[in-house]
Amino acid sequence: MKRFLLFLPLLVAVTVGYFLYAGIGKDPTKLDSALVGKPVPEFELKDLQSPDTVRNESLFRKEITLLNVWGTWCPACRDEHDDLMWLARDKNVAIIGLNYKDNRDDALKWLNQLGDPYQTVIYDPKGTLGFDLGVYGAPETFVIDASGVVRYRHVGVVNKEVWEQVLLPVINDAQESS
Amino acid sequence: MLRIVCFVLAMVASGMAFAEVSDVYDFETRTEERRYQDLISELRCPKCQNQNIADSNSPISKDMRGAVYQMMQDGASNDEIVNSLVNRFGEFVKYKPDLDKRTFILWATPVIAVFGGLIVVAGIVLRSRRSGNSTEALSAEEQARIDRILAERERNDNA
Repeated sequence: MKRFLLFLPLLVAVTVGYFLYAGIGKDPTKLDSALVGKPVPEFELKDLQSPDTVRNESLFRKEITLLNVWGTWCPACRDEHDDLMWLARDKNVAIIGLNYKDNRDDALKWLNQLGDPYQTVIYDPKGTLGFDLGVYGAPETFVIDASGVVRYRHVGVVNKEVWEQVLLPVINDAQESS
Repeated sequence: MLRIVCFVLAMVASGMAFAEVSDVYDFETRTEERRYQDLISELRCPKCQNQNIADSNSPISKDMRGAVYQMMQDGASNDEIVNSLVNRFGEFVKYKPDLDKRTFILWATPVIAVFGGLIVVAGIVLRSRRSGNSTEALSAEEQARIDRILAERERNDNA
């Protein structure tokens, strides 16, 4: 009994160490999306470029797409814009934009100046679709498979590294399983 | 002096932060207002680190407060309101997670700690009682010696 007690501190240290080690390198500001495995929520919102067109969730039923949440008020969105252009142009990735809590004039000016990587941009000035998607900050990028189911959500800037290490594997996975 | 200045500044600043988050919602009864306050104080802001949506001024917390208010007006129950937010933002927004396989350890830890503590205390008490007994009890030989010494002293006193 006495001898066992000598090992108690070691036991406690190993247990605590195990749990602390599991937390190392985890970014507490990045959350898993609650929508992974669920279809894109239903919505009816106007198109940014053609205000008379109403878009809905059937937009995501054709092919694997990235849904990129952005706004002109978001500095990190400016940061990732060139990489989105690269993805659309060089990698032939289908990107749908969700213009989140923004105004149309600013958003159109932004796309004119910086280029337009999006197939379609959904205009969501009140952030209703954003809310249903659980968006808590921009930029966020969702991987959506050809049947309109959310496969993954990336919080933060998309760049070449994120594309290669995070998004591409998810897309390949979605391609294989569909 | 510096301490007083800091204290006053802190008081003033905290007042401002509080004033900023209070958005204006009308409730028909006091109980409804209490219910709203309870709900927003037990929901966690997904954008912030460990702040409830009642205290946070982030835009997402404002939206969530608006959604809670709207759902209350539509006659939703507390569970329905919390679940609809969990379905969007994940289990993270609940300060009290459900008891399931993943959170079992979390909920069980206090119980385990209390029982562990009880076992340790019980062990200490038992051991001290046992060792206490062994010093109290005297062997027959010791008892005889004490009797002899006492008898001798009594004899000396009488003499």
